[in-house]
Formats: sequence, C-alpha cells, structure tokens
Amino acid sequence: MMAASKKMLDQEPSEIELLLPFHAAGTLNARDTRRVDEALASDPALARQYAVIREEYAETIHLNESLGAPSARAMAKLFAAIDAEPVRKLSVSVNLSARVSAFFASLSPRTLAWSATLGAVALLLQAGLIGAVLVKNQNASFQTASLSLNEPSSGPITRDLGSSIATPPRALVRFAPDARIADITALLNTYQASIVDGVKDGMFRLQFGNKAMSKDEAASLVNRLASEKIVSLAVATP
Amino acid sequence: MQVLYGRHHVRVFRFGLRLVRDEQVAEDLISEVFLDVWRQAGKFEGRSAVTTWLLAITRFKALSALRRRKDVGLDDETANAIEDTSDDPEVVAQKKDTSEALRKCMTALSPEHREIVDLVYYHEKSVEEVAEIVGIPENTVKTRLFYARKKLAELLKAAGIERGWP
Repeated sequence: MMAASKKMLDQEPSEIELLLPFHAAGTLNARDTRRVDEALASDPALARQYAVIREEYAETIHLNESLGAPSARAMAKLFAAIDAEPVRKLSVSVNLSARVSAFFASLSPRTLAWSATLGAVALLLQAGLIGAVLVKNQNASFQTASLSLNEPSSGPITRDLGSSIATPPRALVRFAPDARIADITALLNTYQASIVDGVKDGMFRLQFGNKAMSKDEAASLVNRLASEKIVSLAVATP
Repeated sequence: MQVLYGRHHVRVFRFGLRLVRDEQVAEDLISEVFLDVWRQAGKFEGRSAVTTWLLAITRFKALSALRRRKDVGLDDETANAIEDTSDDPEVVAQKKDTSEALRKCMTALSPEHREIVDLVYYHEKSVEEVAEIVGIPENTVKTRLFYARKKLAELLKAAGIERGWP
C-alpha cells in the first residue's frame, strides 16, 4: 500500500493527511473516519503524525481554556445597549399569539381546569344540536310519490261524463336527478307538454296538448311518460 | 438572550481574544456580537449550529476591530511580520517544557493560522463549518490547517524541539 503520509513537507500532503486533525477532533463523517482509521492502521509514519496532532489538539484546548472568561463589564455593556435599542414592533400575528399565550398563562391551574370542563360541555351540547338537526333533515331527504287529492286544481272544474275527459290530460312528473335541462326540453317537445305548475315537493305539473283525451289515452300517455329514462315518476292528475 | 449569552459568551470571548489579542477589545467584541445577534435573531435560519453562526459574527467583528486598529493585518506577509510580545519560543524551550513551548508557538502563528487551529481543535468545527465561518472553500480549510501545522513545526524546530513530524 502506498504510504498516506509524505516524507517531505515540500510535497503536497495526501488527502488522508489533511483529514487527520479533523479525525482527532472527532468532526469527520463516518466514511472519512473509517478511511483514516484504516490508513492509520497500515501506515506507521501517518500514525506518528497523528500522535503529534493529538498533542497539538490537547495543547490548543489547554491554551484556550487558560484564556479565562470575560468580566461582568461585557455583559453589563451588552444589556445596556439592548435596553437602549428602540422597541421593536412585533407582527400582528406574533403579538396576537403572544397575548393569547399570556392570557392562558395568567390563569391559575384550577381556573384553567374549569374552563376546559366548560369547553368540553359546550362542545357536547353543540354536537347534540347538530345531530338533532341532521336527523330531522334526514326525514325530508327522500319523498314518496303521494298525491294529495285535496290539492286545488288550477284547471277548470269538469265532470266526468263517461269514457272521456273534457280537459287536456295532466300529470305530476318528477324528473330523474341527473336529467339535464336539454333532455327535459326535448321531452316536453316530444309530448307537446307544458309546465303548468312549478316545483312542488320536487314534482312538476304538466299538461299535454290542448285537446281532451279519453281516459285510456291519457293513462297510456302517462304510462309512456313514466317509462322515459329521465322521468322517475309520472302520475295522472286532474 | 441571557441564556444564549450565558451559554456561549466564553467561547465567543476566547475566539475573539485569540484573534485580536487584547482583552479589552475582546470584551467589547462580545457585546457587539451578542447585540448583533439580538438585532438579527429573525435572520437566523437554523441551517447551521448557533455556535457556527456566533463564531462567524465574532470573526467578522474581530477583523473589523483589527482593521480599525490598523496594527495587525491578515495577509501572510503582515502576519509573519507580527512580533510576538510574549517570550521567545526558544526561551520557553530551554525550560524543557514541550507543552508550554507548543502553546507559545501557537500564539506566534499568524491570525489566519491561529483561527483555523482554534476552530478545528478547540471549537471542534467540521471542515464544512470552518468553511462557512471563514468564508473559504472546504479544500482550502484542509490545506490551510496543514500549513498552519507545518508553520508550527518550523517554529518548534527553531526552538530546538523535535516532535517526530515532519
């Protein structure tokens, strides 16, 4: 193995030689430490140099430790200078957080415990209220296709004279939730239907054409309408 | 600030004192360093150790103080021309005290060499940290320390002390 140390100082030092002081101080990474360890184990000249470095290391520490410490004057001067500094404006967020921290810090442990308990009770009450509201709303989240027979009709009062009706047929229709406006418009055109009453319980009242139909024709029309893809419910209505 | 000062002021003082060689100036230096730290605390990004940051500020302040005094420079020629006011290393060597001679020779090193020796041996800074403090490339850190040690060996040899290296 080639010697890692150099016999002559005039020569450029090897990479391992350059790392020796850092190895002595324990500031090398694991990889370099291992490299130096291996070189030291196989190169006596390098080991001798390392012994010299250990001596330098110890004496440098000795020398620095013998320098003593600064007098109290330095500290007094520093804090006098800090006191003389203009008051720095803290940012709003820092100020706010500092005030919040200061507020909680000012509370006694007993007060803090009571506050925490009250907070927990308030949270439970809030959770109960939210739950009640949700349960209540859940009842209204689906609708049955019931039809009120007492519902007043906007059309003229007629009398059933047998197999035909005097007014154009009407139906209450609920469109599928994913039905698009274009689809509904196309369907209305196809059936020559018009919306005669707005949304009520999610249903539209449609009127088909302008002529009266027989009861069977009207029932057939409503059945056909009910089978449409975008119609989820269709019920004949006066 | 008191905690930071209490923890690091001695280290800062000693590093500064080794650079400026004047206790009064070194004490003024630590006040300036910690005042700067107090003013610029928000700028510390935590990417390096606090001591590395402090020593870098100390070094900068020490060099500024030296420039103000205009009696010590940092280039090699000026540094080598510095006359050490302490005992001649040869006198110390006559006491057959190698350790003491070594310490005396260390004080006779140039400021550039003294600071690199102190940073590596006493402040136990890594190659990367010394590079950050001194503001030189990492390879220069390693070679500068090597030549500082070489100079130390020459001073000791001149004082009649052979240590087996080189």
